[in-house]
Amino acid sequence: MESESNKILDEVTQGDYKYGFVTTIDTEFAPTGLTEDTIRFISGKKKEPEFLLEFRLKAYRHWLTMSQPKWAHLHIDPIDFQKIIFYAAPKKKLELSDLNEVDPELLATFTKLGISLDEQKRLTGVAGTAVDAVIDSVSVKTTFTETLSKHGIIFCSFSEAVQNHPDLVKQYMGSVVPYTDNYFAALNSAVFSDGSFCFIPKGVRCPMELSTYFRINAANTGQFERTLIVAEEGAYVSYMEGCTAPQRDENQLHAAIVEIVALKDAQVKYSTVQNWYPGDKNGKGGIYNFVTKRGICKGSNSKISWTQVETGSAITWKYPSCILMGDHSVGEFYSVAVTNNHQQADTGTKMMHLGRNTRSTIISKGISAGMGNNSYRGLVRISKNAVNSRNYSQCDSLLLGDKCGAHTYPYIQVDNKSSIVEHEATTSKISEDQLFYCQQRGISSENAIGLIVNGYAKEVLKQLPMEFAVEAQKLLSISLEGSVG
Amino acid sequence: MLLQIKNLHAGINGKEILRGVDLEVSEGEVHAIMGPNGTGKSTLAAVIAGREVFDVTAGEIFYKGKDLMDLSIEERAREGIFMGFQYPVEIPGVSITNFMRTAVNEVRKSKGYDPLTGGEFLRLMEEKKRLVEITSNLTNRSVNEGFSGGEKKKNEIFQMAMLEPTLAILDETDSGLDIDALRIVANGVNKLRRPDNAFVVITHYQRLLEHIIPDFVHVLFEGKIVKSGGRELANELEDKGYDWIKKEQE
Repeated sequence: MESESNKILDEVTQGDYKYGFVTTIDTEFAPTGLTEDTIRFISGKKKEPEFLLEFRLKAYRHWLTMSQPKWAHLHIDPIDFQKIIFYAAPKKKLELSDLNEVDPELLATFTKLGISLDEQKRLTGVAGTAVDAVIDSVSVKTTFTETLSKHGIIFCSFSEAVQNHPDLVKQYMGSVVPYTDNYFAALNSAVFSDGSFCFIPKGVRCPMELSTYFRINAANTGQFERTLIVAEEGAYVSYMEGCTAPQRDENQLHAAIVEIVALKDAQVKYSTVQNWYPGDKNGKGGIYNFVTKRGICKGSNSKISWTQVETGSAITWKYPSCILMGDHSVGEFYSVAVTNNHQQADTGTKMMHLGRNTRSTIISKGISAGMGNNSYRGLVRISKNAVNSRNYSQCDSLLLGDKCGAHTYPYIQVDNKSSIVEHEATTSKISEDQLFYCQQRGISSENAIGLIVNGYAKEVLKQLPMEFAVEAQKLLSISLEGSVG
Repeated sequence: MLLQIKNLHAGINGKEILRGVDLEVSEGEVHAIMGPNGTGKSTLAAVIAGREVFDVTAGEIFYKGKDLMDLSIEERAREGIFMGFQYPVEIPGVSITNFMRTAVNEVRKSKGYDPLTGGEFLRLMEEKKRLVEITSNLTNRSVNEGFSGGEKKKNEIFQMAMLEPTLAILDETDSGLDIDALRIVANGVNKLRRPDNAFVVITHYQRLLEHIIPDFVHVLFEGKIVKSGGRELANELEDKGYDWIKKEQE
């Protein structure tokens, strides 16, 4: 029977990555490799103010003193930074007032990915979603900026923010993730190219979902985007991020930073569906997804909620975290991480309780298949002053087949006596009983696995915005039919 | 004839459980299979459904004239074979509604029909729920998760109603049921009886057969059907117990 289950799982895991195509776009590159000149080149291309170049150079010099961390439960082939192109930009001009100015190849690319950059089309939808589309190192189009600006909301590419709102950038950039934070954060701070900037002013509830769609297209390039979200007092925003990349035999590096600042009573909900190219069945190629995401609940009663569905990438290394500084602030982390074939993931969160009566919830659902290795790593730290704080953590692992691995590394540190921390963990397999039951009702083994896995991940999926949830459900099934198994 | 089993031998991990079962079931009939524990009743049901843990070592099963051995579990199900489980399986996070919608639409797809729309499906579900007297909130819950024994069995009957099988095999559906649940289960079966379908009811006790009147009763003993008769055989078993069969076999 084992062999029968394995056969089913094998079949189910042999799917193809749907987004593996490459678009031929006239692209401008920085010279290969990384030196101070590379950084000056990028900064020059973007006509950046002096302070930013200084920031980059300081980060670069700091990075040179650091070495790649080895503590994660990951096997990472050495990365040769001198072989990476750190900047690649579609040549056609960027300040676009209407879509006719966008390279049609680019538009076609996003249409193929199911992302509409046409506001007219999107407006016919129920609730619109504003999109910032980033290809390789630059943002090519941000939709609905005008509609949003009526509410005082700034939603634009990071580069535009640097030009138009340098004070805000200067005030908040690096305030949550300093360039000294870690190896990849330092690298990103030195070479980051584009990303999204989002500012919700005091008392404003953002009327639509904001989203950024990241696409790696060019070969041998790294993508180093940087996203900054600031929600002022009483503001609310729901932000979504999606990503894909072409299918290639070489590994490509993606090292991003996301910073979130939530002031008093503000709420930020950040959702990710990560579907970078995972590599082929033998583990060749795929994206190295080394990302630092962190939010700070600066004011009292603020809330930051991370939801991630991680199905892609050869290696995922990310820990979206919350610093709960304001009293009564709330941090949440909901995660589904899938590893299939030779994929590896070491992911989790950090909840740093600093304020009084702070609360955090961690729900992590790992799914391992094929030869995949999936680790949850999480830190819950409750400081002396964070009296009456609470954390609830639940870490579940689901194994498909007998060649994959699941690991849980919870770290808990509580420095006061009035706080309560709960941690639950389970490991389960899809049983032959469950498969048989589904099949006996006429459901194919592939669909049965999709159904069971979606059921398993439901607690997390229900946190996603509606249109994203449907996408994520499909992706999970495909990842399980296709890339997970 | 709907189902024809000839000299069926089957087992698990090299251990033979069924040792030459012969059984014929025609449309419109209800057969009861009785027998002491451990004689192969559940194995027989599982083998007909195609469960792969069991190896069929000899014999044949024909269903609607087709050799069942050529069909996978889900193909058999789509051809109208339904098995009511003795121990229904939990699927956390998957609502019965979602589960059944997937099942019904996959069966439809295999027959070349379009999937039911959300509205059509819900109407079908309401109708079947009424038929088998299921309360509405059951279908919103995850499949069998946290269900009482009775709820699990009612859920099996509800699924049977949804899928409208041609051949339903109920594996000890009566075990662990109180009298009210037993009546609901039996009523469900009786309402679903038609001239063009058949039921094989596997039970340890005669109790269920007071509510579902069988046309034939078979006694399975040590992997073989050793006695067949009409309804009265069940009563005889109830009076004399299985020891009587054992003695006869010696």
